[in-house]
Amino acid sequence: MPSALQIEQLKIRLAGLSRHERGGRPEGFTLGMDRIDAYLEPGPCLYCLHDIHAEATADAVTANAFALGLASRATQDRPLVWVFQDSARQEAGGLHGPGLHELGLRPEGVLVVRVRDATALLAAGEEALRSGAVGAVLMSGWGEAKAITLTASRRLALAARAGGSTGFLVRAAAKSVPSAAETRWSVRAALSRGLEAGAPGRPAFVASLIRSRQGAAPAEWALEWDRENRAFCEPAMLSGRLVSVPVFRSTSARGNATGLRQTG
Amino acid sequence: MTLADAQALTTALRTVVHRPDADAVLLSLVLEDFSRFTPMAATDGDDALILDVTGCTHLFGDEVGLVRAVTARSDRIGLKIQTSLASTPQMARVLARFGRGGIFAPEQDRLAVRALPIAALELNEKEHQALTRVGLRTLGDLDDRSTAPLAARFGTDLPVRLARILGQEDVRITPLYPSPPCVIDRILFEPITEMTDIEAVIGDLLVEAIAWLDQRRLGGRAFEVAFFRVDGATRRVSVRTGRATRDAPSVIRLFKERLAALANPLDPGFGFDQLRLSVPVTQAMASTQLGFEAEPTDREDLDRLIDRLTARLGPDAVGRFEPVESHVPERASRLVWAGRRYNGSAWPSRDPGSPPLRPLQMFAPPQPIETVSLAPDGPPAQFRWRRVTHSIARAEGPERIAGEWWCRPGHRTRDYYRIEDYEGHRFWVFRAGFYGEESEPRWYIHGLFA
Repeated sequence: MPSALQIEQLKIRLAGLSRHERGGRPEGFTLGMDRIDAYLEPGPCLYCLHDIHAEATADAVTANAFALGLASRATQDRPLVWVFQDSARQEAGGLHGPGLHELGLRPEGVLVVRVRDATALLAAGEEALRSGAVGAVLMSGWGEAKAITLTASRRLALAARAGGSTGFLVRAAAKSVPSAAETRWSVRAALSRGLEAGAPGRPAFVASLIRSRQGAAPAEWALEWDRENRAFCEPAMLSGRLVSVPVFRSTSARGNATGLRQTG
Repeated sequence: MTLADAQALTTALRTVVHRPDADAVLLSLVLEDFSRFTPMAATDGDDALILDVTGCTHLFGDEVGLVRAVTARSDRIGLKIQTSLASTPQMARVLARFGRGGIFAPEQDRLAVRALPIAALELNEKEHQALTRVGLRTLGDLDDRSTAPLAARFGTDLPVRLARILGQEDVRITPLYPSPPCVIDRILFEPITEMTDIEAVIGDLLVEAIAWLDQRRLGGRAFEVAFFRVDGATRRVSVRTGRATRDAPSVIRLFKERLAALANPLDPGFGFDQLRLSVPVTQAMASTQLGFEAEPTDREDLDRLIDRLTARLGPDAVGRFEPVESHVPERASRLVWAGRRYNGSAWPSRDPGSPPLRPLQMFAPPQPIETVSLAPDGPPAQFRWRRVTHSIARAEGPERIAGEWWCRPGHRTRDYYRIEDYEGHRFWVFRAGFYGEESEPRWYIHGLFA
């Protein structure tokens, strides 16, 4: 029967071996919005995998932008790798450098990797996560891919922990699937807070936390991306200019994926 | 004489259609194969090869062994060849073409060339006749004369050519592949076909190459392995790295990734009997002192990751955005290989109060849409794209972006609008052309905002 002293020493050794976990709870990164940060204290965890999906094909860019915001919060100054699947280019367009810059990121800190299919997406993502050279890896997939299984997400999570990076798997035009991700999100676009003269405002969306391994209950928030502070923030209430425009539609009225349909 | 006359003279005449293009292809294949003897090889005309074997003869024992290997190999292919080995390329050439070939020691080759007829100079008819009429029959006769009258009579070209043929001037050949600074060969007695054996041999060659680089305090930026098959086919596979390296394990790993990811897999056929590793691009690299706890920096790790991804997916697939000085959205930035150092150019400044003015994702080419607008110059009130109609809640514009008239005159001026529909999807659409011109303006969607 090991003594209490031996158990203490073993605990200290274990704490020293795993660099990233302090007292059993992993570190997290904040989103910048007080309501969410308080809810998710200490924030979505670092060095693990997060899964973000958008059911509607029209929300593909929204999901990418949300994940990009999370990734830039998670990585701070370290490089970011964005693995992009080519089939998404036909559906929602290819990446645009000035667009990255306009969202508040530094394009020279973003490494863009273009892959052909889901298998290559996972392989390249795992390679980048395991390397230890980057802070966050964003993997943008399209559609229901057979390759993205529970085992695959477990591999990504292990690679993230081994390499000290945070992984974000974005699946556009896909449903929620079982995954080894720490948190699972679903994103859809929302009407933005307009500027004067009715111009579209800052990027706005509605993010729902479907599942969190740290025990937070599912919840939904309306968010905006503030590029100056590189943080998420609360959208202000709509002014009375637009009358009878429902911002949040009930889930029953959505039915099938509305919005853009797939080509072909 | 014509073919009919020749056939009438002898009945046992075998005719084959002359196909110069097929001959050229064969010659280039033979050149690739004979590169196994030396990296510096070139074609000479359409029926000869010149191999610069300075420093390569020890691989086959001595010169006799080398010539024997070359002859044996061409016999196996089915070619009848005449070889000659001399101290300069031009001497070897004339000895093979106009002499009887053979191996010549440094002084004997000059004597042999002197004995050749003046046809070896390859002059035109008139000059050839002029020389023979005055009794100059061999190159030795020309050599004994002084050059000034020859230059005066036949032009300065003749003495220069004569000097080169006689070995007084040594002009090296231009090889097909530029000769790399470091070349390591491995000739195998038993041809190998298994990937594990191939990787083992590459590993050995790399160790030697790294030792060579280490001696000269250089690092390799690109490494190439040439595979020579027993039946003559050759294949070259190369990897490049973002920063100069002397680290054998990482380069071997890059080769493994590359060989596994080749679009056209390596086909050993009956086996490879020679492998050559060369380092075409080197860079000065001081030896780094490793600390007690060797903590590689983030930058090195990132470079290694870029190298590995490039080896697996190709350099086009791994990139970084760089700004380009162009107001046309398609050309405002480009993707450059991530291994290149950032050139420091700045992106256009952002206005703090405004939302993103450029979309995160863009279509190439822009996709046509049908619109309904309230005013001819205004944003659309409704548009139809991919069989879905969107009603516009918010719009901003127009942002007029004219084409670059100095490169593409027919490009129509575009008016860009940032629009948002009631569901919160934000689009970047434009109208190409104006109402009132001969051709109707067309509307397109160019990108999607976050």
